Amino acid sequence: MTRTRTFLLVGVVVALLIAGVGSWYASSSPDGLEATAAEQGFGHTAEDSATADSPLADYSAEGVDDERLAGGLAGVTGVLLVLVLAGGLTLALRRRSASTTASTSAGQD
Amino acid sequence: MHVPDGYLDAATTAGTAAVAAAGVALALRGARRELDERTAPMAGLTAAFVFAVQMMNFPVAFGTSGHLIGGALTAVLVGPWTAVLCMTVVLLVQALVFADGGLTALGTNVSLMGLVAVGVGYGAFCALRSVLPAGRTGVLTAAGVGAFLSVPVAALVFVGLFGLGGVADVPLGSVAAAMGGVHLLIGLGEAAITVAVLGAVLAVRPDLVRGARHLQRAAALAPRPDAAGRPAAPNTVAPVAAPADVDAR
Repeated sequence: MTRTRTFLLVGVVVALLIAGVGSWYASSSPDGLEATAAEQGFGHTAEDSATADSPLADYSAEGVDDERLAGGLAGVTGVLLVLVLAGGLTLALRRRSASTTASTSAGQD
Repeated sequence: MHVPDGYLDAATTAGTAAVAAAGVALALRGARRELDERTAPMAGLTAAFVFAVQMMNFPVAFGTSGHLIGGALTAVLVGPWTAVLCMTVVLLVQALVFADGGLTALGTNVSLMGLVAVGVGYGAFCALRSVLPAGRTGVLTAAGVGAFLSVPVAALVFVGLFGLGGVADVPLGSVAAAMGGVHLLIGLGEAAITVAVLGAVLAVRPDLVRGARHLQRAAALAPRPDAAGRPAAPNTVAPVAAPADVDAR
């Protein structure tokens, strides 16, 4: 059991390091779709997202002068946000083990 | 491959939103069968990990970059229905908080990177797994091929949508060639990351890889490793840092 916990903990730390530190070294070239759109002449039809002025838009924390720190903060926030939302959703959907299930489990679905 | 707002017209955008909503609704039902006390936290971790690795754009040819989609990886780790939910959460957070991928285009992105990438990646994985010799190499090969295929197929589905409702009037054939070509290259990166991450998890905790459960059953028939009932897996907590291999130094 503890080993599963250790695995999960190490996994979260690795994700935080990738998003918080590693992402600084990511390529900043346009991605495949963006590059294709520019080259094929439909790049200009892209519109700004309604969330374009979000404080974390484009993976950069607003108001943080140091670009590296701004990107790292955005990445760490995103990892934690996804972890809580996806983890919460899947925990809510999971089959309860016998000890936590009410006697109605036979009628599930 | 995050589609911004504006590329596709309103009707096509609404169509993909309906497809995405239906897919997510099915996934909410299907994931109940996949998720239990142990796999639910694993699904949360996998989604967070995919979010992180999606930030790691790697260079491909001609001043272009690509990043992991993660549909195949997630499906092999936690199951296809749960993977659709994980990808949807990642895309939702990216669109709402990071302005990555359009807001009205969210349904398009969930359709492409959730439904298509997971469906193609996991479908190819299952098909290959059934014909390849059972074992670690078979699982990794099947996952790598599934991951590779998922990227150009998702790219070509985008081209199909662009043909149906692209706002700009540009020749579809050359869009298909350009999208297909660059995403074949990105697919190689997708396969490399998928195999590296799965290999690392299989080395440490093979029981946490849903797509490799048949190996556990086979191992259960093999001679018992030790009296304490521990699995034969190595006890060291090997670094799960394999994805770092992929970054552009």
